[in-house]
Amino acid sequence: MNPFSSGTRLRDMIRAIRACKTAAEERAVVRKECAAIRAAISENDQDYRHRNLAKLMFIHMLGYPTHFGQMECLKLIASAGFPEKRIGYLGLMLLLDERQEVLMLVTNSLKQDLNHSNQYIVGLALCALGNICSAEMARDLAPEVERLLQTRDPNIRKKAALCSIRIIRKVPDLAENFMGPAASLLKEKHHGVLIAGVQLCTDLCKASTDALEYLRKNCTEGLVRILRDVSNSPYAPEYDIAGITDPFLHIRALRLMRMLGQGDADSSEYMNDILAQVATKTESNKNAGNAILYECVETIMGIEATSGLRVLAINILGRFLSNRDNNIRYVALNMLMKAVTVDFQAVQRHRTTILECVKDSDASIRKRALELVFLLVNDNNVKSLTKELIDYLEVSDQDFKGDLTAKICSIVEKFSQEKLWYIDQMFKVLSLAGNYVKDDVWHALIVMISNAPDLQGYSVRSLYKAFQTSNEQESLVRVTVWCIGEYGEMLVNNVGVLEMEEPMTVTESDAVDVVEVALKRHSSDIKTRAMSLVALLKISSRFPPTSERIREIVMQHKENVELELQQRSIEFNSIIQRHQNIKSSLVERMPVLDESTYIGKRVGSSQATLPADKSSRPTSGSPGASLKLPNGVAKPPPAPLVDLLDLSSDDVPAPTSSATDFLHDLLGGDLMSPSSSAPSGGAGTDILMDLLSIGSPSAPTDVSIRNTISSNQGNAGEPKTAPASVMDLLDGLPSNSSLPGDKNPIYPSITAFESSTLKVTFSFTKQPGKPQNTMIQATFTNLSSNTYTDFIFQAAVPKFIQLRLDPASSSTLPASGNGTITQMLSVTNSQHGQKALAMRLRIVYKVNDQDKMEQGQINNFPPGL
Amino acid sequence: MIRAVIVMNTQGKPRLVKFYDFQPPEKQQELIRSVYGVLSERADNVSNFVEADAIFGPGTQLVYKHFATLYFVFVFDSAENELAMLDLIQVFVETLDRCFKNVCELDMVFNFNKMHMLLDEIIFGGQVLETSSEQVLKAVEEIAKLEKSSSAISLVPKSVSARFGR
Repeated sequence: MNPFSSGTRLRDMIRAIRACKTAAEERAVVRKECAAIRAAISENDQDYRHRNLAKLMFIHMLGYPTHFGQMECLKLIASAGFPEKRIGYLGLMLLLDERQEVLMLVTNSLKQDLNHSNQYIVGLALCALGNICSAEMARDLAPEVERLLQTRDPNIRKKAALCSIRIIRKVPDLAENFMGPAASLLKEKHHGVLIAGVQLCTDLCKASTDALEYLRKNCTEGLVRILRDVSNSPYAPEYDIAGITDPFLHIRALRLMRMLGQGDADSSEYMNDILAQVATKTESNKNAGNAILYECVETIMGIEATSGLRVLAINILGRFLSNRDNNIRYVALNMLMKAVTVDFQAVQRHRTTILECVKDSDASIRKRALELVFLLVNDNNVKSLTKELIDYLEVSDQDFKGDLTAKICSIVEKFSQEKLWYIDQMFKVLSLAGNYVKDDVWHALIVMISNAPDLQGYSVRSLYKAFQTSNEQESLVRVTVWCIGEYGEMLVNNVGVLEMEEPMTVTESDAVDVVEVALKRHSSDIKTRAMSLVALLKISSRFPPTSERIREIVMQHKENVELELQQRSIEFNSIIQRHQNIKSSLVERMPVLDESTYIGKRVGSSQATLPADKSSRPTSGSPGASLKLPNGVAKPPPAPLVDLLDLSSDDVPAPTSSATDFLHDLLGGDLMSPSSSAPSGGAGTDILMDLLSIGSPSAPTDVSIRNTISSNQGNAGEPKTAPASVMDLLDGLPSNSSLPGDKNPIYPSITAFESSTLKVTFSFTKQPGKPQNTMIQATFTNLSSNTYTDFIFQAAVPKFIQLRLDPASSSTLPASGNGTITQMLSVTNSQHGQKALAMRLRIVYKVNDQDKMEQGQINNFPPGL
Repeated sequence: MIRAVIVMNTQGKPRLVKFYDFQPPEKQQELIRSVYGVLSERADNVSNFVEADAIFGPGTQLVYKHFATLYFVFVFDSAENELAMLDLIQVFVETLDRCFKNVCELDMVFNFNKMHMLLDEIIFGGQVLETSSEQVLKAVEEIAKLEKSSSAISLVPKSVSARFGR
């Protein structure tokens, strides 16, 4: 066979490579061969050049570098012999690409070979050009190719036609040169030329609108004739695939019809008949027949077809869906996706079949079908579809559950008409595939539950039941823990039982059991554990008898490696053990979460921000609760303002900056220049008022503020009563609220706020060297004859100021001025000297268990703060 | 357009690789590996289509057929009919079978450049050129005949082989 005898032959090399047992051996053989080939190249060996290149191509296929052989391709192409040229062109196509400079050198050889008298050499050159043609080559060689479109040999004509496609793709401007020749190709009888010609026309239509118009005018008729001939033609074994005559020509012709008929009523009209014929007469028991039908459907959908034809097309797809062949079902789903936008109702009729495809054993089909079902959901069918999908969720493959869950959740969220249904569906999903539910989905569920007071009892009981059977589902566990923390008593006392509910008895310790399981569950991550700890703290106040047990559970985490859990554990222990008096107010139920804010946040922020900080700051899971407690008691300082204001969510990446940003938003920029905002009632400041009242149960009793500067005297002695009651939350740590009394106050004290029932005075101290920082001691005096309990002071400042509230000295304010509460505020004015301090405050307290609230704005700060 | 034709064995060794848009060799190997990764995990009773967006870029699909120890893989974009691609694999394999008389993996290993010759007669620059295996075989045989005769010539001095041409 092989004319060469010396050196290793190609066969031998392949054999040697195949004999290699390891990759290292293979590399060694290849290295040796490459070295020999390089040597031959440098000796400019002519006899073995084409054999060497053949070897290089094999080596290239295995993934080794072969760039050194590129010039050899050019030399072979330039040589006269056919075998050399053939290998040369093959090497050109495999080893080089159009971006390489070397390619420039080959243009001339190509030109010569395109004009060669041997048709096979012309064929080789065309083939190479069709594979690697660059824009420059396209310009240089287009005339040759154009001429070849009219040669006598059909094999050359068809190759030239396909080569033209490449040229047009590289240089669309050349399209007009090819319009005429392409149109005349459609008059051919030779099947291969027709396929190539139709394909060329299709590409011309894509490349230029001129060509599209030209072909629409001149070829529509010819094209219809081609299709009619081929579909009516008798059995022709040569082009027959599985009994269908020339499916490829069918398909190409149908595709070109789509290009021509798109948006053009006249030509569409002209095509209707033949399309109907193909759609009805083509046999559908073979793959080739189905390929034609499939293409025909796409064309009918693409052109301005009559509605009858469209129904026919969708019905073909419907038949495809029930085909036993996976491939047919797959393409049918693909096409239905496209058809949904054209004819929604027609696709809707096949909904049940499509739903069956969601349960297919084939992953590709399942995925497609699920996407399609998602497109088909509307208000009428959402319930039945969701039920089907959820039923299937139970038995579906593990790797499909993620997709399926995400789609179900988004269907349920998008189409839920009633809260009960939404909650029910979400619970089902959580218990079946809770591990696949995204964070933002269950966050949304919690917001929803919080907004549905009459369903909270039902929710917590359902979750309790679900937890008993599927406590391995992470997000189910989290939602359950959260709900038990918030609505635990509804679980135990059977509050708000719905009609369809079965009665159940849950004891207080059962509820604690659930949270304890969640906390100790092996697979729980830190977020779940942190949520569990908070829930335990909350339950301990709802169910006092369990308090001691909860303290023991909490204390098990005092040496946890996770700093966050450890710290919470110690803090909560301290709260349970030593601060019974404030505990109940500390852990009151969260106010209703604001849905619109949450939705806004969900849309605005990426999901990624949600999970991260939840784990790091578990108590912020109940930010609203902190509205009810003395500032700063529940958690270490800089956060309280954040919690105070950021009611609806727990994602606070950087507490201080976020707090100030938030305030900035709140104040609407008005307070940025306090001089202009000082007169109360500006739009921006109203927003702040609104915000502060979110979640507050009592109506604000707005009081006018008396901006009187009072002397320091009246309050000077009072702070001394306070320090004893400052709470040290972390056992053993000394109280750090030092009294500013011994420092010289440079600034006069002011009465920041005064109403008929309450008076607040501020006294100021500055540390030397830090003019921006001001320590403010707020002193609260009760002017009424009733004792105030659950006393909370809150303050908000504009963006350029940072505020830190230290714990208040007490939460109880005795009546008639028989004692005071003091609280330290630390203020940093970042624009010290340019802008004066400004602050809004709100005070919440209880009188005989009645909620009271007072609020006001302070603009009488002494200058120079 | 057809983006690539890959024939590989069930161990992932490439037997015929043809990319119709240029890919550097390292990238080619990477693509082959990812295709193998996908195919080797597919069960027998599933469809022959795989979405290849992740491997070959958006809008691409991959159709494959499994014959004995070989996977025949065509990668194509939305301008091709999926089912027709499946038939085209059939045409390609039938042609190989007629060309090599019961084709097996070994034939393909040792005749990879004949395979290329054959493929170039079926797919041309990513477009379907010919679907009749009869025609393809005829073209390939002509070329082989031409090679044989000119190989004989090339043993004699170059000046003689220069006469070859008509």
